[in-house]
Amino acid sequence: MEFFRIKTDIPFMSYGKITTAISLLTFIVAVFFLLSRGLNLSVEFTGGTLMEVSYSQAVSLNDIRAKLNDNGLDMATVQNLDSPKNVMIRLPNRGHLNSVTISNQVYNLIQNEGPNPQLKSVEFIGPEVGQDLIVNGLMAILFVCIGILGYLAIRFEWRFAIAAILANMHDVVIILGCFAFFRLEFSLTVLAAILAVLGYSVNESVVVFDRIRENFRNTRGGTVPELINNAITATMSRTIITHGCTEMMVLSMLFFGGPSLHNFALALTIGILFGIYSSVLVASPLLVWFGVSRANLIKKPKQREEAVV
Amino acid sequence: MHKYSSWKYIIIVMAVIISLIYAIPNFYGEVPAVQISSTHANNRVDTNTLAALEASLTNNDLTPLGEVFDGKTLKLKFADTDTQLRARDFIQAQLGENYVVALNLMPSGPAWLSKINANPMFLGLDLRGGVHFLLEIDMNQALKKTLDKYASDIKRDLRNNQIRYGNVIVGQNSLTVQFRDADTLQQALNQLHKDLPDIQLNDDGNGGLQAIISEMQMQKIKEAAVKQNILILHNRVNELGVAEPIIQQQGNERIMVELPGVQDTARAKDILGRTATLEVRMVDDDPTDVANALAGSVSSDKELLVDTSAKNGSSKILVNRDVELTGDNITDAQPGFDENGGAAVNIRLDGVGAAIFKQVTQENIGKRMAMVLVDNNKGQVVTAPVIRSEIGGGQVQISGAMNVEEANDVALLLRSGSLSAPMNMIEERTVGPSLGKENISKGFHSVLWGFVAIAVFIIIYYQVFGVISIICLAVNLLLLIAALSMLQATLTLPGIAAIALALGMAIDSNVLINERIREELRNNKKPHIAIESGYTHAFATIFDSNVTTLIAGLALLAFGSGPVKGFAVVHCLGILTSMFSAVLVSRGIVAVLYANRRIKKLYI
Repeated sequence: MEFFRIKTDIPFMSYGKITTAISLLTFIVAVFFLLSRGLNLSVEFTGGTLMEVSYSQAVSLNDIRAKLNDNGLDMATVQNLDSPKNVMIRLPNRGHLNSVTISNQVYNLIQNEGPNPQLKSVEFIGPEVGQDLIVNGLMAILFVCIGILGYLAIRFEWRFAIAAILANMHDVVIILGCFAFFRLEFSLTVLAAILAVLGYSVNESVVVFDRIRENFRNTRGGTVPELINNAITATMSRTIITHGCTEMMVLSMLFFGGPSLHNFALALTIGILFGIYSSVLVASPLLVWFGVSRANLIKKPKQREEAVV
Repeated sequence: MHKYSSWKYIIIVMAVIISLIYAIPNFYGEVPAVQISSTHANNRVDTNTLAALEASLTNNDLTPLGEVFDGKTLKLKFADTDTQLRARDFIQAQLGENYVVALNLMPSGPAWLSKINANPMFLGLDLRGGVHFLLEIDMNQALKKTLDKYASDIKRDLRNNQIRYGNVIVGQNSLTVQFRDADTLQQALNQLHKDLPDIQLNDDGNGGLQAIISEMQMQKIKEAAVKQNILILHNRVNELGVAEPIIQQQGNERIMVELPGVQDTARAKDILGRTATLEVRMVDDDPTDVANALAGSVSSDKELLVDTSAKNGSSKILVNRDVELTGDNITDAQPGFDENGGAAVNIRLDGVGAAIFKQVTQENIGKRMAMVLVDNNKGQVVTAPVIRSEIGGGQVQISGAMNVEEANDVALLLRSGSLSAPMNMIEERTVGPSLGKENISKGFHSVLWGFVAIAVFIIIYYQVFGVISIICLAVNLLLLIAALSMLQATLTLPGIAAIALALGMAIDSNVLINERIREELRNNKKPHIAIESGYTHAFATIFDSNVTTLIAGLALLAFGSGPVKGFAVVHCLGILTSMFSAVLVSRGIVAVLYANRRIKKLYI
């Protein structure tokens, strides 16, 4: 079986202007939402208390809210998690609430709201911790960028390195934009997913670059855009199959992994989709735009000293 | 195509066999066990304890299924949780308070697997349930206590030398003492330099004296505070009876405590978060009183406490309930040496403490006084020296019958009851046991169904080479599980997600190879040549793309904390195992199938 038997090269580079324009537009929209709506940071970053309580029957959220309100815990957010039997309660760190005992207090208040209460999990993060996490997260992204830039600059050439990083940072910003737009919770696991995507999409760019380099070395004729078109077309099949397979695994996590892996899988899905797009339609036009040429990748043969007239 | 060299086959076969052995324990599951360890260096768990315990357990129908003794802790396996619980209570009653008797789980695989260290993966809190705490030491309080101590020392010294002083102001990290005139100031400075050389004193230029805590001293105070708090936490965790607690310093002023399997989290929080106090009380050594008390009748104004300084570790001591002095009056306790060169503990008291101490010692010469550490309403005697003479001046030395290590311990315990820096819990993560089980099953199903979907698709799409790819993927999974088990890395839910993702990404290498072979065939290459050049061409790409993914993985490992770290470990390992399986293993299988044979058509 074969899905892709493409006889002639698809002229991707001639769409360069359009695709770059689309990228720029999505990028700007993503940045706009990121700035206007901001990220819905999880308790791990903001500090606060997050509890999950389950009962053997569905319970009324309003009753629980009322109970907490009556006891001065009016800033609590009460939601169902997964099913009406599971209740998730979120409390910000505020003044006297900034203590570990708050979860015991809440549980004591609400344990009679339904049959067979069970405290499934508690997460309390003090205000001291969140700041470190944000700094560490940014450091990690910076480290990845520098590492990948360095590696690609050595293995390929600086134009390739910069094109790959720009294309993939664009993916990261778009994932963040989606999380901001849909107000999805941004947790530490999502951060892990984003960094994994960063590595994974660069990997995608590398496959295309590798082919471009090979074409530069092995083919004599053809302009740079033609050779790039050929490289993209040749790796097209692999791109779709690989990403399809990875996505199958990610979807499996989305469906079977439960709430803890939900946003993780979602971030990966967005990342994989835009990863394909950006490495094919953003990184390669950037390469042309940076003026990559055959000479950049092929070691110059030593010039023989010849007599000149 | 050349035949694959035999050493490569040997590597592949060895890797698969070893991985199988180390992956197997994960499928056996675990059996309930009771773990016994000692809280005190003086009463170790040894083979005698083991023999005695076994005999009495067998007599009570609680015969263990097996036991493992590693020289420090003893683990006994039991058939079910019911027997385990009964055995725990029985053993605790039998051994007494000086042993930690905790519930645990042990791998149920055959014993030879454990002997070669083939144990199941270590499950993180989110998979097995338990509590995680991050405590931060309040360094401002620690500094303030140090300054308060300085202040009282300075005041006392000045008073003793009849130097008049004005206000004493304790600030953020310095303190100032004011004087009437420059002469008095100079006099005070000279006197204090002589008597209290530890304190750095300067003329502050405004007619006062200033003591500043230097950067180095600050560092020392911090280190001491962390060390002391870790010791206190160890004591408290022992009391909780947790099988595999982790207590670690994290950063400069934080301590991480992880208690897997703890169910009653409210109690755990309570015990870890409380403050210990130190009390000085008189000992009743009257033989009849002691005999009566040991027989069970203690008069209401006395209580029988455990003497931790006793050599056998379990002797009791009868102590008055009246408290003569509390830890608040103790400003310092340090290990040191007496005039004969023996180990000693030097205690310093504040003004009020010194006065009371003088009176108490004067009235009780020849008797013993007990230093009692009260933790969670439970007292234990840290040390109970005999009073030889009246002691005034607030400098107390306890010496005799202890070695340097014991003096260190006593000093630490005394300080922990008096001037330990308070700790605040800044992070808590509690996972109930039911959620842990749910997480395991969810993670397992994610990996399973993702794998099945990929397998079905790839086999249909690439036929024979698809089957080879999936065998490689399965080997990759096996290697990854074996590597995680061998390293005893902690598996968490994000870790399982990383396993799933590693598999989803690892298929890339196989796809690259298969696509390349197809392409070569399309260019009318002969099958053997197509395979050969397919692998050669794909390798460079596989290598480059895996290195870039690995860079991201290493960044996660370096900067990640908590759940991210668990993800990163598996992610990085997964990249390495996938390179091995995609390149070496798949090539090997292809060589077995096609080498030295005429191939009419490749099914790809």
